[in-house]
Amino acid sequence: MRVGTNAQPDSPGAAQHTPIVRANGLSVYYGTTMALSDISLDFPSNRVTAIIGPSGCGKSTLLRCINRMNDLIPIFRMTGQILFDGRDLYGPSVDPTDIRYQIGMVFQRPNPFPKSIYDNIAFGPKINGFSGKMDDLVEGSLRRAALWDEVKDRLKTSALALSGGQQQRLCIARALAVQPRVILMDEPCSALDPIATLAIEDLMRQLSEDYSIIIVTHNMQQAARVSDHTAFLNSGESRIGELVEFGDTTQIFTNPIDERTEAYITGRFG
Amino acid sequence: MVRADFHRNLRSLQDDLIALGSRVETAIAKSLQGLRNRDLDISRQVVIEDDIIDREWLDLEEQCIDMMARQQPNSIDLRTLMSVLHIATELERMGDYAEGIAKISIMMGDQPPLKPLIDIPRMAEKASQMLHRSLDAFVARDPEAALQVCNDDDEVDNLYEQIYRELLTYMFEDPSTIQRATYLLWVAHDLERIADRATNIAERVIFLVTGRLTDGPASNF
Repeated sequence: MRVGTNAQPDSPGAAQHTPIVRANGLSVYYGTTMALSDISLDFPSNRVTAIIGPSGCGKSTLLRCINRMNDLIPIFRMTGQILFDGRDLYGPSVDPTDIRYQIGMVFQRPNPFPKSIYDNIAFGPKINGFSGKMDDLVEGSLRRAALWDEVKDRLKTSALALSGGQQQRLCIARALAVQPRVILMDEPCSALDPIATLAIEDLMRQLSEDYSIIIVTHNMQQAARVSDHTAFLNSGESRIGELVEFGDTTQIFTNPIDERTEAYITGRFG
Repeated sequence: MVRADFHRNLRSLQDDLIALGSRVETAIAKSLQGLRNRDLDISRQVVIEDDIIDREWLDLEEQCIDMMARQQPNSIDLRTLMSVLHIATELERMGDYAEGIAKISIMMGDQPPLKPLIDIPRMAEKASQMLHRSLDAFVARDPEAALQVCNDDDEVDNLYEQIYRELLTYMFEDPSTIQRATYLLWVAHDLERIADRATNIAERVIFLVTGRLTDGPASNF
């Protein structure tokens, strides 16, 4: 793996922000097939980190390891470690459900519950035993997701009546309601039109003040626009994903170190 | 190769840049020829042909803007486009200096130069060589050669200083020479600026290859 110049420990960049999530020699197998090989990568806190790479390179697999979503796949096996705030995410005393509150996820297609806007937000906190003022929590979450002004007069209407972009922001508000520290986003704009996409990107920038965001995207320009740091994953003919380069987004997009990164981001392969 | 069309256009853009560079080199050479031989027809030709340089520069700039807007280039492609954009602007300004020299020659009309032209042609040759070598370095993607161009700027600066002092002496000694001395001072100044712009081009070549922006001959990469 090549680490960008700005990501060196002594320079301003990734390493200056304490990592909130740290992958340490992570390898993933589906049955006997290796999907990711020996990934070591620090995700800085309160920053947007983008994971880019061609289809099948293991971007989503890596993302799903971070909130233990892959546990649900019977043939999934993992070696190495993922540390969340210094704690082994896969340690014996860790409850995956608890992890998913702290490390929320937003998916490719908006997936609101077939309930009212209000209930979509209130659902998680209720299950979680939230005892404060639910109205305030709903409003606060919707405000943070930049959706409040658009829905404040129709909180009891079905979430399914919202536009795609609004539904995606609702899903972000829903993730925020349980007060996570990390938000994982797996191609969050791929089903949205360009305007809704820009609104979500804007929101990501705002949210990174309070949350750590890790986004998987096929859209390189989106990674360039929204992220502070970029990780480039690639899988050669072996079809096994590996980390090629990690660095400040500006460095990756203007002067990458590894020629494979250069070839990918300039469209000379892919 | 999934962006073959874009990369073909990017290569053709660089060919256009080199063609513009050759046109500017010719303009500089002709402007000196007109001055030295007192050939006002050639000087007028340089003034007229500067319009072509301006048009070609604008065309290059439009192509760069179009590719940036439509292709969102990254990495070496982005650095190439940024470099072409800068270098084209430098070339256009150098064309203006050549035009400036031609206009001075026209203003001098029938008057002979104040003194035999020795250092000015030497300066012109040095500055033209710097331009030529900076464009060679661009084509070859050679930062070492580019750095050498940056270092050579001192020689032109020294020649300019020498000419400046010499002309001042003329003016002090005989105020009636002020106008003709000023003409030559302008020419020397234009040549000094041409060399500076060649240095800027060389710095862009270093950026193009290394991704690092440098300023001045002392910079290393």
